[in-house]
Amino acid sequence: MKRKLLTIAAAAACAFGGAAQAQISDGTVKIGVLNDMSGLYSDITGPGSLLAARMAVEDYVKATGSKLKIEVIGADHQNKPDVGSNIARQWFDTDKVDMIADVPTSSVGLAVAAIAREKGKLHVNAGSATSDLTGKACNANTIHWAYDTYMLANGTGKAIVKNGGNTWFFLTADYAFGHALERDTEAVVTKNGGRVVGKVRTPFPTQDFSSFLLQAQASKAKIIGLANAGGDTTNSIKQAAEFGIVRGGQNLAGLLVFLPDVHSLGLNVAQGLMLTETFYWDLNDQTRAWSRRFASANNGKMPSMVQAGVYSSVLHYLKAVEAAKTDDGTKVAAKMKELPTDDPLFGKGIVRADGRKIHPAYLFEVKKPSESKGPYDYYKLAATIPANEAFRPLSESECPLVKK
Amino acid sequence: MEIFGIPSQALFGQLLIGLINGSFYALLSLGLAVIFGLLNIINFTHGAQYMLGAFVAYLGLQKLGMNYWVALAVTPILVGATGVLIERTMLKQLYKLDHLYGLLLTFGLALIIQGLFRHEFGSSGMPYPVPEVFKGAINTGFMFLPKYRAWVIVASLVVCLATWYVIERTKLGAYLRAATENPSLVQSFGINVPRMITLTYGFGVGLAALAGVMAAPIYQVNPTMGADLIIVVFAVVVIGGMGSIMGAIVTGFGLGLVEGLTKVFYPEASSTVIFVIMAIVLLIKPAGLFGTQK
Repeated sequence: MKRKLLTIAAAAACAFGGAAQAQISDGTVKIGVLNDMSGLYSDITGPGSLLAARMAVEDYVKATGSKLKIEVIGADHQNKPDVGSNIARQWFDTDKVDMIADVPTSSVGLAVAAIAREKGKLHVNAGSATSDLTGKACNANTIHWAYDTYMLANGTGKAIVKNGGNTWFFLTADYAFGHALERDTEAVVTKNGGRVVGKVRTPFPTQDFSSFLLQAQASKAKIIGLANAGGDTTNSIKQAAEFGIVRGGQNLAGLLVFLPDVHSLGLNVAQGLMLTETFYWDLNDQTRAWSRRFASANNGKMPSMVQAGVYSSVLHYLKAVEAAKTDDGTKVAAKMKELPTDDPLFGKGIVRADGRKIHPAYLFEVKKPSESKGPYDYYKLAATIPANEAFRPLSESECPLVKK
Repeated sequence: MEIFGIPSQALFGQLLIGLINGSFYALLSLGLAVIFGLLNIINFTHGAQYMLGAFVAYLGLQKLGMNYWVALAVTPILVGATGVLIERTMLKQLYKLDHLYGLLLTFGLALIIQGLFRHEFGSSGMPYPVPEVFKGAINTGFMFLPKYRAWVIVASLVVCLATWYVIERTKLGAYLRAATENPSLVQSFGINVPRMITLTYGFGVGLAALAGVMAAPIYQVNPTMGADLIIVVFAVVVIGGMGSIMGAIVTGFGLGLVEGLTKVFYPEASSTVIFVIMAIVLLIKPAGLFGTQK
C-alpha cells in the first residue's frame, strides 16, 4: 500500500514537473552534433565539435543559472549524405533531438537542412561551406553559422586578384561544396577584372593530385585556386611544392584552409599562404582564454573555426530556447534571428532573415617558420573585413525568405 | 603534335605520373598476391600495414632522428615482425576454414589498428620531408619530374621483379609453391612448412610497410591513408588474377596508367575507372587476366 502511494506521488511529481516546462518537448533540450568523426574532416570538426558543444552548455548553465535540462549527443556521418540523412531522421523521429549542430560536408549539410524543414525542427550549421544553405536552398528551419563559400571567395579571392593574380585555374573537389566555392570565387575573380583559364574536377577525396597539378601547370594561370578542403587541400599543397609550382612562378590560393591543415602541413610548406577565416585562437584575450581551455581538453589541439562556430551557435541556440520558452524548431529559429548574438569568440553579431549569421572575417597570411613562436602560432592578420562586407548582401540573395 | 586535343608533351607527363601511382599499386598488390597465393588468406590488414610503415618512418624520424634510408631498411622488418606475430597467434587458426573467416579477421584488425592511430594522431596527417638527395626536380623537357618520384618508380620495379624472380625462378620459390599445392607432401620431405608460411606472411606485410615508407614523403602520413588505397589495390589483384605474382605487377602498373589517362580526359571518373575495368574483366574472364581457374 505504502509503495503504491509512493509510486503515485512520484508519478504526480513527474507530471507537474513536466507541466512547468510544458513547451520543452519531453522536458529535455536535446542537441545532436552530427559530423565527420573519423575521416578527413574529423580534426576540423569531429570530436572537437562535440567538446565545443558540451562546453557551450556548461558555460551557458554556469553563466545564467538556467534550469533547462540539456543533453548533447554526437554521431559520425562519414561524409555521406545518405548516412547523414538516416541519422538526422532517426534523431528527429525517435531520439527526440531538437537541434542538429555542426554538419560539415556541404552535400550532407544540404540534406540535413531539408530534413529539418520537413520535420519542423532546427539545423544550425557551422561545418558546411556552401553558400546555398542561405541562398537558393535556404529555409526557415536552418541557420548557417561560422563561414561560407561567398565569404571565402570575397576574402581570399578578392585580395589575390587585387594583388595582381588575375588568371586562375581551379582544382575543384567534385561535390556540392567544391562546386559552390568554385562558382563564388569565379564570380569574384571576374568581377574584379580577372579571368578563369581552366578548371578540373577532382574526385572526393583524392590522395594524389600530381596529374591535376600538371594540368594546372600547363595552363600557365598565375593562380591555382584550390576549391577543396581538409586532406585534399593539404595533399594538393604538399604535392604542388614537390612539382615546383611556386618556384615556376605560379601561386596557390587555398580557398578554404583551416588551422589544423596548416598544423598538419608545417610552416615550411604552408608559409606565405593567404587564407580567410572568421575565427583564430590568437585574436584577442577572450579567444585565447577560451581556446586554451578547449585545447587542454582536446589533447592539446587548438580549436578550428568550425569548432568555435559550434560553441557560439549552441550558446545562442540555448539563449533563444530560454527566451522563446520552447524548443519548437521553427519558433526557436525565429527567436535566434530576433535576438542579437554576442559571445567571446565571434563578438557581437546578428542572424539575418536568410539564416546567415553575420560577423567579421579576417584575411590571414601564414607565418614563416622564423616568425612563429611555436605550435599553433601560425597566422599574421593581413586585413579585417567588417561584418557588413564579409558576407553576401541580402540584395544579391536568392533565398525565398528574403522579401525584396 | 596533339593527341585527342591534348598536347603530346603533356600526355607523356601524365603517363609518367600514372606509372608512379602504378608503382604503389604494384608493390601493394604484389604483397597481397603473395599472401593469397601461398596462404589462401585475403589480407585486408594490408592497408593498415602500409599505414604502419609510413608511421614507423615518421615516428622514427621524430623520436629517434632515423633518416629515410634507415627507415627504408628497418621499417619492413619491424612491421613484418608484427605480421609474423599476427600469423602465429591468429591467422594460423583459420587456414582450414573458409576464406571469409580470414577476411573478417584481417578486416577487423585493420579497423582496430586504424582506430588506435586516429585516436592518437588525429586525421589530418603528419608531414614527412623528402630526403635531401631527392629534393628538387628534373626538367625532362616534357615535364617537371620530381626526383623523388623517379626514385619511386625505379625502386618499386626492382623490388617487384626481385620478388617475382625469387618465387618463380629459385629453389626457395619452388618449395613455397609446392607447399601451397600439397603441404603434407612437402613436409614429408623434411621442409618446415609452417615456418615457411609464417615468413611468407611476414614478407608480404613487409612489402606493404616498404610501400608505406616510400609513400610518406609524397602524401601526408595519415591513419586512413591505407584504407583509401586498399580497395583500389584489391581491385588490381582481382583484375590481375588472385595469387598471380606477375599478374599483380603488370596490372598494378597498367592500371596506374589507365587511371592517369582518365585524370586527363575525364577526371570525374578517375576514382571509379578501375572498378569499371574490374567488373568487365570479371564478366569476361572470372579468374582475372593472369589467373588460372582452379
